[in-house]
Amino acid sequence: MSAQDIILSSGTSELTPAAQVRRKLAKVAKLFDATKCNGCKACQVSCSEWNDLRAPVGSFQGSYQNPMDLSSECWTLMKYQEVERDNKLNWRFTHSACMHCDDPACLTACSTKGAIVQRANGVVDFDSDKCIGCGYCVVACPFDVPRLDPIDQKAYKCTMCSDRIQVGQEPACVKSCITGALKYGTREDMLFIADLRIKELHKRGFTKAGLYNPEGVGGTGMMMILHDVSQPQDYGLPADPKTSVPIKLWQDVVKPLGAAGIIATVAVACLHRITVGRNLVEEDEPAQFDHTHSDKSDKE
Amino acid sequence: MTNHWIDIKNSNVVVIMGGNAAEAHPVGFGWVTEAMEQNNAKLVVVDPRFNRSAALADCYAPLRSGTDIAFLLGLSRYLIETEQVNYDYVKAYTNASYIIREDFEFNEGLFSGFDEKSRTYDKDSWYYELDEDGYAKVDETYAHPRCVWNLLKHHIDRYDFETVSNITGTPVEDYEKVCALIGSTHTHDKAATFMYALGWTHHTKGAQNIRSMALVQLLLGNIGVLGGGVNALRGHSNVQGATDMGLLCQNLPGYLKLPNDNDTDLATYLDNYTPKALRPGQTNYWSNYPKFFVSQMKSFWGENATAANSFGYDWLPKWDIQYDFTKHIDMMYHGQVNGYFIQGVNAINSMPNRNKTLAALCKLKYMVVMDPLATETSVFWQKAGEFNDVQPSEIQTEVFRLPTTLFAEEEGCIVNSGRWMQWHWKGANPPGESKPDAEILSGILMKLRELYKEEGGVLPEPIEAINWGYHNPHFPHGEEVAKELNGIDLKTGKQLDSFSQLKDDGSTACGCWIYSGCWTEAGNMMARRDNSDTSGKGITPGWAFSWPANRRVLYNRASCDVNGKPWDPKRVIVEWTNGKWHGIDQGDFNMKLPPKESAHPFIMQPEGVGRFFALKHLAEGPFPEHYEPMESPIGTNPLHPNVISNPAVRMLPGVAETLGSHTEFPYVCTTYSLTEHFNFWTIHCRLAAISMPETFVELDEILAAKKGIANGDWVKVSSKRGSLMTKALVTKRLQPLKVHGQMVHTVGLPRHGGHNGLTRRSYSCNVLTTEVGDANTQVPEFKAFLVDIAKAEGV
Repeated sequence: MSAQDIILSSGTSELTPAAQVRRKLAKVAKLFDATKCNGCKACQVSCSEWNDLRAPVGSFQGSYQNPMDLSSECWTLMKYQEVERDNKLNWRFTHSACMHCDDPACLTACSTKGAIVQRANGVVDFDSDKCIGCGYCVVACPFDVPRLDPIDQKAYKCTMCSDRIQVGQEPACVKSCITGALKYGTREDMLFIADLRIKELHKRGFTKAGLYNPEGVGGTGMMMILHDVSQPQDYGLPADPKTSVPIKLWQDVVKPLGAAGIIATVAVACLHRITVGRNLVEEDEPAQFDHTHSDKSDKE
Repeated sequence: MTNHWIDIKNSNVVVIMGGNAAEAHPVGFGWVTEAMEQNNAKLVVVDPRFNRSAALADCYAPLRSGTDIAFLLGLSRYLIETEQVNYDYVKAYTNASYIIREDFEFNEGLFSGFDEKSRTYDKDSWYYELDEDGYAKVDETYAHPRCVWNLLKHHIDRYDFETVSNITGTPVEDYEKVCALIGSTHTHDKAATFMYALGWTHHTKGAQNIRSMALVQLLLGNIGVLGGGVNALRGHSNVQGATDMGLLCQNLPGYLKLPNDNDTDLATYLDNYTPKALRPGQTNYWSNYPKFFVSQMKSFWGENATAANSFGYDWLPKWDIQYDFTKHIDMMYHGQVNGYFIQGVNAINSMPNRNKTLAALCKLKYMVVMDPLATETSVFWQKAGEFNDVQPSEIQTEVFRLPTTLFAEEEGCIVNSGRWMQWHWKGANPPGESKPDAEILSGILMKLRELYKEEGGVLPEPIEAINWGYHNPHFPHGEEVAKELNGIDLKTGKQLDSFSQLKDDGSTACGCWIYSGCWTEAGNMMARRDNSDTSGKGITPGWAFSWPANRRVLYNRASCDVNGKPWDPKRVIVEWTNGKWHGIDQGDFNMKLPPKESAHPFIMQPEGVGRFFALKHLAEGPFPEHYEPMESPIGTNPLHPNVISNPAVRMLPGVAETLGSHTEFPYVCTTYSLTEHFNFWTIHCRLAAISMPETFVELDEILAAKKGIANGDWVKVSSKRGSLMTKALVTKRLQPLKVHGQMVHTVGLPRHGGHNGLTRRSYSCNVLTTEVGDANTQVPEFKAFLVDIAKAEGV
C-alpha cells in the first residue's frame, strides 16, 4: 500500500520518524456493546471467512469457547465467563480481538522497521512480509492478542479488516453482527454513541455500566461498553493495561540513547578526521567504512 | 407467528419461554435488542437453563422442564386475582361469556368423557350450550356458573404461587417478578410478545403449552395488536412453508384436511370440515372451505377433475390411522414397511430412540436418500466405532443416494416465521450430479406413468390423472409451481388476485389458497423488495408477500374496540374514521363492514372470538392442565396423583416398557440446539465445526460434585433406551430446583452429535430420547425425559 497513511512505525524513533502522512484521516473505532451481545460467534466466523483463516477443528475443552484461544488462524474469538455478582449469575460474552491501542505496546516493542505500523485512522496493522518472528509483540501486548504462526513463525492478529475499511466498508465482524453489539465509525462518533447508551443503561438499572477505553494504552480503537466497568476481569480484560516498563524504557530511554550514541560516534569520528586525519591502512586489509550504523540502530 | 419478526420492536415486554431465541434464532433476536434499546422493552426469560437469551434478560426465572403449563396457569390466576386483565378486550373478543354444556366436568385430572382403554376422550360435553337456532348461549352478566369465565377461574384456582413453585421448582420470588412484568401489559398502551419454539412443542402436551400462553395473551388483550401476539419461531428457514404446503401426514396444502375413512364421498367430506356459524352475523371464514378444496382439486387434477367425478375426490388417499414418522418407524421396526424415501431429514439422528430407528432401517428392503449431504442416515449400514455399532454384513437394506441441491443452488420461495413468502434467486450451480428435488420427483412420476402404460397395474388412475402440464414435465420450474399455487381463473386464464375470487364450481384452480395473491397478473409479489415503512411500525407492504392477503398482523381487528377506535392511539393498525376503515396493514376482516358488524376479530372461528375454552379441538382437554412428562422425576403429580402424565397420549404396543422410572433414572434431561450449528447440516461446514467441534453434556456443580465429575471429564449418560458417552460441562448456569420436597437436577444435551461430518465423532442425543409424543401432533418428548449420569473412561 502506498497510501502514505502511516503515523507510527515499529523500529523507528523520534529521530528517525515514519513517513509523512499525506491525507488527514479521522481515527476510527469499533464499539463492542457487551450488554447487547448474545455470544453467537457470527463475528468470529465472519472474521475467519473474510481473512481466509481456518484453525484446526479442535475438541471440547469444557467451555462454549472454541477454539480455546486466539491463534494465527483465529484473530477474533468469543470468550465466555460465568460470574456471580450480588447473588446474581451473569454469563459474560466478550468479543476478543486486537484493541488497536492508541499507544500500541506491540509497535513499541517491535524491533523491525515497518513490521508494525499505526495508520492515520488509528488502526494498528502487522506487515508479515517484514516480520522476523521475534515474538516481542506477543510478549508486550497487555491484552495478549498477537500470536506467532507455528509454521511461518510470523506474528498475526486482527487488522480491523484494513482492506475493507480502506474502501469504506466496515470490518467483517461488524458487518455480521446481528444484535447491534458491534458498531464501527469514527472514534468521535463511537464515543458519542457509547455515552448515550451508557446513560440509557444507567436508567435501566445497570448503574455500574461504563466504557472500557483504558488510558494506560492511550485509549483503544476497540472500545467496550460493559455492564460493570469496575470489573473488567469478568470479561477477561485487564483492569489497567499499559505498556510494560521495560518496553517503555526501551522505547523512551535506550533507543534515544542509542541514537545519541550514534550521533556521538559520528561527532567523534568527524573530530578525529579534523584533528587527527585519515587512518592509513595497508592495501590488503579490508576497508573499514562503516555503513551499518544507521541500519544497526533500527535493527537492535 | 400471528405477527412478524420486525414487529417485536413494538413490544414492551418480550417473553422468551419454550425457546431460546438468542441461541437458536440469533438473527431475529436482533429485533429483541432493538425493542430493548428503542422501546425500553423488558426481556423476560423462563427456561430450565440459564441460556444465551437469559444472559441478556432483565428477568430470568428457572423452571423444571415440562412444567410450563403450571407456570402459565399460575400466571393467569395471578392476573385475574390482581385484576391485571384487559377486561374490555376479554368482554368483546373472547368466549369468556359463553355457556358450556352441563355435562362438562373436570375431576382429579380427567375431563368428562375419558375412556381408559383407548386412552381417548369422547368430547361431546366439551362444547357450548346451544340455543334453538344452533347458536352458542352467552351470559354477558358473567353470573352463570357454567360460563367460560367462571369455569376458567375455577379450573386455575388450584395454581397458587406455592403450588406452582412446588411443581415447577421456580422460586416464588422469581415467579412473582415474572408475573408482575407480564401483568404490566394488561393496559391498552402496553403489549407483551411471547417467542417460543421447540421448547414448547417437544413435550407430551406441546399444543397445550401454547394454549396456556394464548390464554395469558387473551387475558392481557395482546393478540391482534402491534408488539403482541403468539409467535412461533420456526427452526428451518422454510419449515413454515413446509407446514403451509401440507407436510403433515393428515394435511393438504393450505391447512385443508386429508380425508379419512369416514369421509366416504365429497359431500360428506365437505360437510365434515365446513363449520357452521356459532353466533349470528359471523364471517366464519372456513365456511369457504368448499371453494378452497374444489379449487385445489382443479389444480391437482386439471381437466380430469369434473363435477361429475366429484372433482377427483376419490383419487385422494384416505387415512385410517395417523401415519406420522413415529408410527412409520414403528411399523418398519415390526417389518411392515419395504421401502423408505427420505427427503430433507436425517432420520437416524433426528428421530427419537435411535436404537429402535436403526433396527427399523435394517429391516427395509430399500431406502432412497434425497439429500445434499452424506447424512448419517445414508450411511446407517456403515460401522463407525461405538457411534454406529453395526455389522454391515448383516444388513440387507439397499441404499440409493440421490444428491439434491441446496436452497442457494435453486430459485424459489422461502416462507419465514412471520409468514413472509420471499423469493430468492439461484446463487451457485450445484456440484457434481446433484439435482433439484422437483426434478428427481418428476422423473419418478414420469417413470411410474411409463411403467403403468407398458405393464399395467393396480390403481393407475391418480398417477395418470395428475395435472402435469409444465413446460418441461421432467423439471417443473419454480415459477410455474408458484403461479399454480396462487391460482388461476380457468375461464379467462388469468392469475387470481386473491383467494376471495375462488369458486366451488370448478371454474378456478388454486394449489394452496392461503398463498393466493403471491403471483398475480401484476407479477411475482414475492420478489418485491420495497422496504419503505411509512408508519415506522415495521409494516412494509411492498416487501415480498405475507400470506394471507399480504397481511402482516393477524387478527388486527382486535387492535380496535367494538366501535373501530384503536385501543392505543400510538399503536394504530386500522381505524374507523369518516365512515371508512383506514390503516397501515391489510385488515384481517371484511373492511367493507362497519365496526359493529366486523367486531369478531377471530374470523377463522365460527363464533369469531378467542377461546379460553378450546371446545373439542385438542386431544387432552378444552382447558390446559398440568401433567408430568411421561418420565417424571418426582414419580407423581402433586395435583392429582392418580393421573400423573397426559392421559391421552398414544402408546404404541411395547413402548410403555421403554419408559424409565425416577428411582432408576433420577435426573431430568433436556435436548437443544446451539447457535454454532443448524441440526446436523453444519457439522459438514468447516467454520461451524471449528466454532463448536464436539458435543457435551451440561450439568450443575452440585450434581457434578456428588458424582465426582470434573469439567471436561468423560461421562456416560443413560436412559431406559440406551446410553452414550460424552464430555461434561460443569456449569453454574444449571441449578438444582426444589420440587415437591426433593432437589431435581437437570442435565442438558446439545443435539448436534453426528459421526459423519467434520466435527469430532459424537453420539446423537437421540440414543436416549423417547418416542412418546404430544397427544395431538405426536411430536416426541425430546425436552423432558429421565437419565442417569456417571463418570466414565474416555472413548
